[in-house]
Amino acid sequence: MEQLVYKKPDSIRDDFKITFCPGCDHGVAVKLVAEVLDELGVRENTIGIASVGCSVFSYDFFNVDIVEAPHGRSLAVATGVKRSKPDKVVFTYQGDGDLASIGIGETIHAMTRGEKVTAICINNTTYGMTGGQAGPTTLIGQVTTTTTKGRKVEISGYPLKVSEILKEIDGTAFVARVTLDSPQAIMNAKKCIKKAFEAQLKGLGTGFVEILATCPTNWKMTPQEAHARVRGEMSEIFKPGIYKDKVSEAK
Amino acid sequence: MGRIVLNRDKCKACYLCVDACPNKVLEVDKSVNALGYYPIKVNPDKTCIGCAMCARVCPDIAIEKVYR
Amino acid sequence: MKKEKELLKGNYAIAQAAIQAGCQSYFGYPITPQSEIGEYLSEKMPENGRVFVAAESEVAAINMLLGAGSTGVKAMTSSSSCAVALMQEGLSFIAGDEIPCVLVSVMRGGPGLGYIYPSQGDYYQATKGGGNGDYKIVTFAPSSVQECVDLTYKCFYVSQKYRTPVCLLADGMLGQMMEPAVVGEYPYEEIDQSSWALDGAKDREPRYIASIEREQETLRKRVVKIFEKYNQILENENLFEKYEIDGAKLVITAFGSIARIAKAAVKMARKKGLKVGLFRPIMLNPFPEKIVAEIAQKVDGILDIELNCGQMLQDIKASIAGVASIPVEFFGRPAGMMMTVEEIYEQIEIAYKKIVEKKYGTACI
Repeated sequence: MEQLVYKKPDSIRDDFKITFCPGCDHGVAVKLVAEVLDELGVRENTIGIASVGCSVFSYDFFNVDIVEAPHGRSLAVATGVKRSKPDKVVFTYQGDGDLASIGIGETIHAMTRGEKVTAICINNTTYGMTGGQAGPTTLIGQVTTTTTKGRKVEISGYPLKVSEILKEIDGTAFVARVTLDSPQAIMNAKKCIKKAFEAQLKGLGTGFVEILATCPTNWKMTPQEAHARVRGEMSEIFKPGIYKDKVSEAK
Repeated sequence: MGRIVLNRDKCKACYLCVDACPNKVLEVDKSVNALGYYPIKVNPDKTCIGCAMCARVCPDIAIEKVYR
Repeated sequence: MKKEKELLKGNYAIAQAAIQAGCQSYFGYPITPQSEIGEYLSEKMPENGRVFVAAESEVAAINMLLGAGSTGVKAMTSSSSCAVALMQEGLSFIAGDEIPCVLVSVMRGGPGLGYIYPSQGDYYQATKGGGNGDYKIVTFAPSSVQECVDLTYKCFYVSQKYRTPVCLLADGMLGQMMEPAVVGEYPYEEIDQSSWALDGAKDREPRYIASIEREQETLRKRVVKIFEKYNQILENENLFEKYEIDGAKLVITAFGSIARIAKAAVKMARKKGLKVGLFRPIMLNPFPEKIVAEIAQKVDGILDIELNCGQMLQDIKASIAGVASIPVEFFGRPAGMMMTVEEIYEQIEIAYKKIVEKKYGTACI
């Protein structure tokens, strides 16, 4: 007897449009969030926050209530939603420009308050939607449309290591950095995303997952080359791993 | 034996699934899809084991279901 | 339930009215001269099982308001001048998203930090806004502590009824002064928000609240719809005060705290036989152009008085353009200095004379 072993998650709309470029890891990340919402059985009780950047069209695929935040303000909007409706599951889906550059203040303070929300950050070392400019996480030497000769420390400083910062904040309950460059990595990422939601469901604090993701279009690489870059130079600077896990400690 | 349900018009031709498939069941189609990409197709001569690796790595949810 | 008159400071009146109105969530960041609102609510909101969050900035506060409002609860923030400036982006989003919420703006002197004295330098900020795109922030301006209460109620009602951000535009004088007022029961019906508010997509299609729209035609229609709403608001919710307008040769236009002082000056002028009246718009945005135009057709001149360099003045002029060719005189004082009744009376005399003798000009002292 034939068994269904995989299907599109219910938390992805039936009439979904994946609005990302070919081979972009965003698609996989979105799917993992949706799978976790399905597995936790919270789809119908969830409010998502769409941020500015490639994730702004979240309502094209997420099959949950969505409110869009101005650039960088997702975690402030999430705070307003969660405090007003504490029984809802609230998550933000943000890029690194949104969460770590323009919104770093909101990020740090929402997590300092220990908001019971989940934040997913796609770190692809560039501003994807606007055409691949240098961002807070752009690696030293990386060529972008605003660092055409490579990012230089003396001009633009260093890449920001978000997970390392956020693990130090008392209000975070789960902090992990994951990749999506292989089926195994994807399964691991899903486990972490699930824990980041459990952190909120158990009332432990903010759950955070930083996903090292590809931007094949702006990196000017094939999706395969882009994954090699994630495994290589990106993982050297941004070390994947679980940085903080109060969820397991609480079990 | 396994089987995938492919929506070829969702495929954006990244071919991450082609690399992920342990049995090399998936290959590039010779005709374009509605999006103008050369999508993947199943090689009928190869055996799908229903591991769903292809579906997991697919960023476009073009592989909608996997059976085993 | 408070029904007795009590001596109340404007800021506390606003805060108490917010509680009475059923404000579920308050987000704010301290700034003089409105800090008492947040102080009061920091204690009372939790006591009433409601939400108080000390935001890390006004930028965060306005976006918390966006989030809270999107769930359909009554939500409020309060701030002042240079800090309301930080909220403009959020207000544009909130207006575009049609999210109900209340912004209390207690004006101080500017530009920049200026100082904490009462001013009306943010008429433009409230009614024209610094956010991008076509939108309006519906604005009500109280001129007494009692109106701080009544208009706070009105702000919540209008915001919820029309799904729009509404601003209560007070100033440092109203915020800080004490006078008797009653914080009575919230007088408006509750407006059901369940048809659009986000509460999880249970047994229904998911909802999204977003300002972004890729289809030009859809976006155009959305903006046009919002503007149709502003027309309805003007038609249904307009508030103003007319004093001694009938038979007046000169009408004083003024809003908020200075309108009270102007009213005293008008009384003084009437006693001395000058045919002077007062028009005080309470709803400043959308601006009651028709009413101003009607008044302008019946009088020989207007003297606009503001605690700024002439902001509402432009709306007055625009209202009467092509309708009445009468002079619009102006007396303004920026940067947080009040005017006395006598000073305004003096300007009324000057303007009255000018209008009779047809010698025009403006003063900004």
